[in-house]
Amino acid sequence: MPILEKRPVPSRFWARGTPVLAVLMTMIAGGALFALLGKDPVEAIRTIFWDPLFSEFGFYYRSQILVKAGPLILIAIGLSLGFRAGIWNIGAEGQYIMGAILGGAVGLAFYPAEGWHVFPLMIVAGALGGVLWAMIPALLRIRFGTNEILVSLMLVYVAENILRSVSFGILKNPQGFGFPGSRNLSEYPAAANPDLIEGTGFHWGGVAAVLMVLLAWGLLSRHMLGYQIRLSGQAPRAAHFGGVNPDRLVLVCMGISGALAGLAGLFEVAGPAGQLSPDFNVGYGFTAIIVAFLGRLHPLGIVLAGLLLGLTEVGGAIAQQNLGLPAASIKAFQGMLLFFLLAMDVFTDYRLRPGGSRKEAA
Amino acid sequence: MKGMVTMQGQVTEAPLLAVEELSKAYPGVVANDGVFFSIARGEVHALLGENGAGKSTLVKMIYGLVHPDGGRMLLDGVPYAPQSPSDARRAGVAMVFQHFSLFEALNVAENIALGMEDPPPRGALSQRIREVSAAYGLPLDPERIVGELSAGERQRVEIVRCLLQDPKLLIMDEPTSVLTPQEVEILFTTLRKLRHEGTAILYISHKLDEIIELCDSATILRHGKVVATCNPREHSARELAEMMVGEILIPPRRARRTFGEVVLEVGGLSLPAATQFGTALHDIRLVLRAGEVLGIGGVAGNGQDELLAALSGERTTAPGTIRLGGREIGALGPAARRALGLLAAPEERLGHAAAPDMSLTENAFLTGAVRERLVRHGLIDWSRSRDFACRIIEGFDVRTPGPEVPARALSGGNLQKFVIGREVMQHPEVLVVNQPTWGVDAAAAGAIRQAILDLAGAGAAVIVISQDLDELMEISDSFAALNEGHLSTPRPAEGLSVEEIGLMLGGVHGGTTAGGTGEGAHADP
Amino acid sequence: MDLSAIDPVLLLASLMISATPILLAAIGEMVVEKAGVLNLGVEGMMITGAICGFAIAVESGSPFPGLAAAALAGAGLSLIFAFLTQVLLSNQVATGLALTLFGLGLSALIGKPYAGVKPPPSPRLDIPFLSDMPVLGPILFRHDLMVYGSLALVVGVWAFLKYSRAGLILRAVGENHDAAHALGYRVVRIRFLAIMFGGACAGLGGAFLSLIRVPQWTEGMTAGAGWIALALVVFASWRPWRVLLGAYLFGGITVLQLNLQAAGLAIPVEYLSMSPYIVTILVLVYISARKRGSSLDAPASLGRVFHATH
Repeated sequence: MPILEKRPVPSRFWARGTPVLAVLMTMIAGGALFALLGKDPVEAIRTIFWDPLFSEFGFYYRSQILVKAGPLILIAIGLSLGFRAGIWNIGAEGQYIMGAILGGAVGLAFYPAEGWHVFPLMIVAGALGGVLWAMIPALLRIRFGTNEILVSLMLVYVAENILRSVSFGILKNPQGFGFPGSRNLSEYPAAANPDLIEGTGFHWGGVAAVLMVLLAWGLLSRHMLGYQIRLSGQAPRAAHFGGVNPDRLVLVCMGISGALAGLAGLFEVAGPAGQLSPDFNVGYGFTAIIVAFLGRLHPLGIVLAGLLLGLTEVGGAIAQQNLGLPAASIKAFQGMLLFFLLAMDVFTDYRLRPGGSRKEAA
Repeated sequence: MKGMVTMQGQVTEAPLLAVEELSKAYPGVVANDGVFFSIARGEVHALLGENGAGKSTLVKMIYGLVHPDGGRMLLDGVPYAPQSPSDARRAGVAMVFQHFSLFEALNVAENIALGMEDPPPRGALSQRIREVSAAYGLPLDPERIVGELSAGERQRVEIVRCLLQDPKLLIMDEPTSVLTPQEVEILFTTLRKLRHEGTAILYISHKLDEIIELCDSATILRHGKVVATCNPREHSARELAEMMVGEILIPPRRARRTFGEVVLEVGGLSLPAATQFGTALHDIRLVLRAGEVLGIGGVAGNGQDELLAALSGERTTAPGTIRLGGREIGALGPAARRALGLLAAPEERLGHAAAPDMSLTENAFLTGAVRERLVRHGLIDWSRSRDFACRIIEGFDVRTPGPEVPARALSGGNLQKFVIGREVMQHPEVLVVNQPTWGVDAAAAGAIRQAILDLAGAGAAVIVISQDLDELMEISDSFAALNEGHLSTPRPAEGLSVEEIGLMLGGVHGGTTAGGTGEGAHADP
Repeated sequence: MDLSAIDPVLLLASLMISATPILLAAIGEMVVEKAGVLNLGVEGMMITGAICGFAIAVESGSPFPGLAAAALAGAGLSLIFAFLTQVLLSNQVATGLALTLFGLGLSALIGKPYAGVKPPPSPRLDIPFLSDMPVLGPILFRHDLMVYGSLALVVGVWAFLKYSRAGLILRAVGENHDAAHALGYRVVRIRFLAIMFGGACAGLGGAFLSLIRVPQWTEGMTAGAGWIALALVVFASWRPWRVLLGAYLFGGITVLQLNLQAAGLAIPVEYLSMSPYIVTILVLVYISARKRGSSLDAPASLGRVFHATH
């Protein structure tokens, strides 16, 4: 029986190669899953991975990929810092919602005033909403040692209820004929977040994502804080010995990931979604977890992973429309992707060695 | 070796265990190469060798944890090839581990039951534990939680666990490394009683005087091979050491023994235990002068880690409890203390003193950031960090392909040289080290001790926390013992007898000898 | 508002029903964690169990094959987790999350044709005298058999951990896997079994939800119950009786807020709906604040990767 043996130095080949292999294996396993459901696997895979880019309506789908990849990348960048430091913010979805609510509320408060200051204020409020929501698990962890995974996750359900409440209540569109949901921000010029170049799907959220990718890259490779983040995740005791204040790091990492999730929510609600409604959120906060891992918690990797998952989101929607695949199938697909990635990750740090004697197998 | 004759003079027919041409290779290292020895009933046989000589691998093969690549073993004349520890236990082989194989959150009886093949029902087991532990002078309460026991008591649990199975062969891996001299005496009494009853004991150690005192025969391993088999009573400790190391040992030299100003004062330092099974520090007091080496002895788990954390700044206290050059630093964190000249090297190399998966450059940065000016406006100067790492590698003869290698790829001795070197090269005012030569080969240990002495010779004050009394006696100017979080008053190391040290370690000190009571009596040259 | 619409007898009766799914999931996860493994995939295994149990019950026309299928599905899904974390040494937090995401997706995929279908009814306890008693009858003796099954499971787990040798070995593996390995115990095998037990329990909990408590299939119907089960294990300090207590407390809160909603209390529905989650957070805070600095209760090897080096 072959045994695993720790490599003295992590393998660069495997570190870079596993995401690609994981995608290929997901295609195979996903195809098998679709075949089980009675769908043509080749067609399903083609619809998900090929059509969004190269089909007849590719020009439209391609812009949709950017629309979806933007928030995924933005949120995943924030999450990746915490994940590297061993701080598990699983509730980005909640921070995304709260950012959208607070940012959207600021925009609605100015309605119908015009002015350049409205949108920047919304951005600040959006980030703030995310930060405030993320500070709850952060402070509870620091003060009481409460598990941030469970708290941040519970807060997603709380945020969803708040969203429902404001959509039916204080932020409801007074001219909405009783339908839930706020005024349409994308039709209110001072607060709207339109495509910067018509038809590309690249709005301010995309700009923020690019900016944050570059900042995170610099932070992790050159800045003291980035070093402390990496150190804390790999060797917490060594970090403490080196002088890292673990509480501060929790605040900073949760704060950054909350801010970026909140920003993503604001850009979404003022742009592609247009309004606050009970179901405007579509789970970007959870998908971003996959993006972060698939991108190996590395800024550039996250860009690629975000684009890929954006592609599958669009492809999933096409498959739903054309092949009658359930919307959720793409979630199963993404979960599978993460499985394969985690499974093959082992070869970065370990290598397979054929077991020596037969006795070894015992 | 003619080990067939036991202490009692009986002549036994065949050896209990014979090991023939046993080999085991791991990638890149041959742990055992054609190892042979035999042990008779009622014989205490020593396995002697440096760290990494292959002793642990050999006993793990006898205990069924590791399977040999080649060679064979005979137990009572029949082939013996245990597939698992439970095979070994059924065959009458029991083992007391070096790093205890105990479960802290479980009680004594549960721990013992886990190490037995067919434990009796709980009530009967508790009764047996009381009987056996009393019979061998190792009293134990079966209901106590193991995490609350001292190191000596934990070892009793392991021994009693073995004794309950009436083993033919008892393997003991470095059993005295965590015991006070008095506890060692109790252990030896127990072992002699067992020998008298006919139990064979395989005794692994690198402590030569113990082996001379206890063992009937010895097999000496070096680099995985048997280099000698002898009767240890016919050799001096020095001869045994040279067989073990294979070279002539040069003890470290010191340059001078004059002290300067007081640089570090600790007074009234108390800290609650950080974890459930941690140790609290109680009213620690000490004064350290420039050029002085203070050795702090003590059995593991008596507050060594906690004392290091309190001095390094990992745990903070009231400002006035620690003064560096007159300045109150008790409330400062590690980085601030480093900037002022108080540096530290913790015991645990991988994970505490160094991050295992980070490169040597990144690990050099870990503590060198402030004093070596490797950061500007929050940005890290990686090329200066690399230079610093290279200087450590060169200055301390760290064997590595280069500074980009992760810390965990280095051998224990090399990494320890890197860790000590990293602090020494930053010219500390005060250096605190915990277990500087633990698990390090003799050559590296010698180099590290020399570096500590040179640092003190250059005017720095050094605190060496260690469980190795020989080491402390070799390099310390003054000596104090740590016992359950209490530090005895430091006394000049010169002229301390082993008995006195033993009493200090056991918590009996002060009043019996001059200088044991007064603050000013310490460390006067 | 009409508080008189709340019948205390019915309230207490429905408390047991409401608590059972999380009780099942939590007692299973507790065993997993006692073996030193943190499986954050409870939510995914629960919802997979919910749909698999539902589908098989509908197809077979009887709830029992459904429950068996749910346990199998949960255990099957947990095998993926076990293989990844125990053989391929993957990070337990990330793998558990992947399991949850995968389970949510997979269940929606399987469940598409079953939306709006009514499951077959499951038998209830009917003991002639006891079940007919006023007050106590409906509260204690008229429930679905699974409710009593879950209670039996708690007793069984308690006795297993406290009195059996296998239970002792399981706890030992969770406390110190290196020492357990040195004594010759098969750490990976024991953990595999524990993980599968946890998966089966989570699957049963999910099926209880879809077959008995609701009873209906809707996408994402567990709505965080798996996460609440994880929180319960912490709340219970890894002790079976406290898991039971916690589950019933939590069930009480859920039932109460539902009753208050139905009674038309002046508090908006959304705030009542979020109350179980907020209560969970508050309880977690209370527990962690009380336990600060001591970690006697959490298995010492919890979440750590085990790799035998020899």
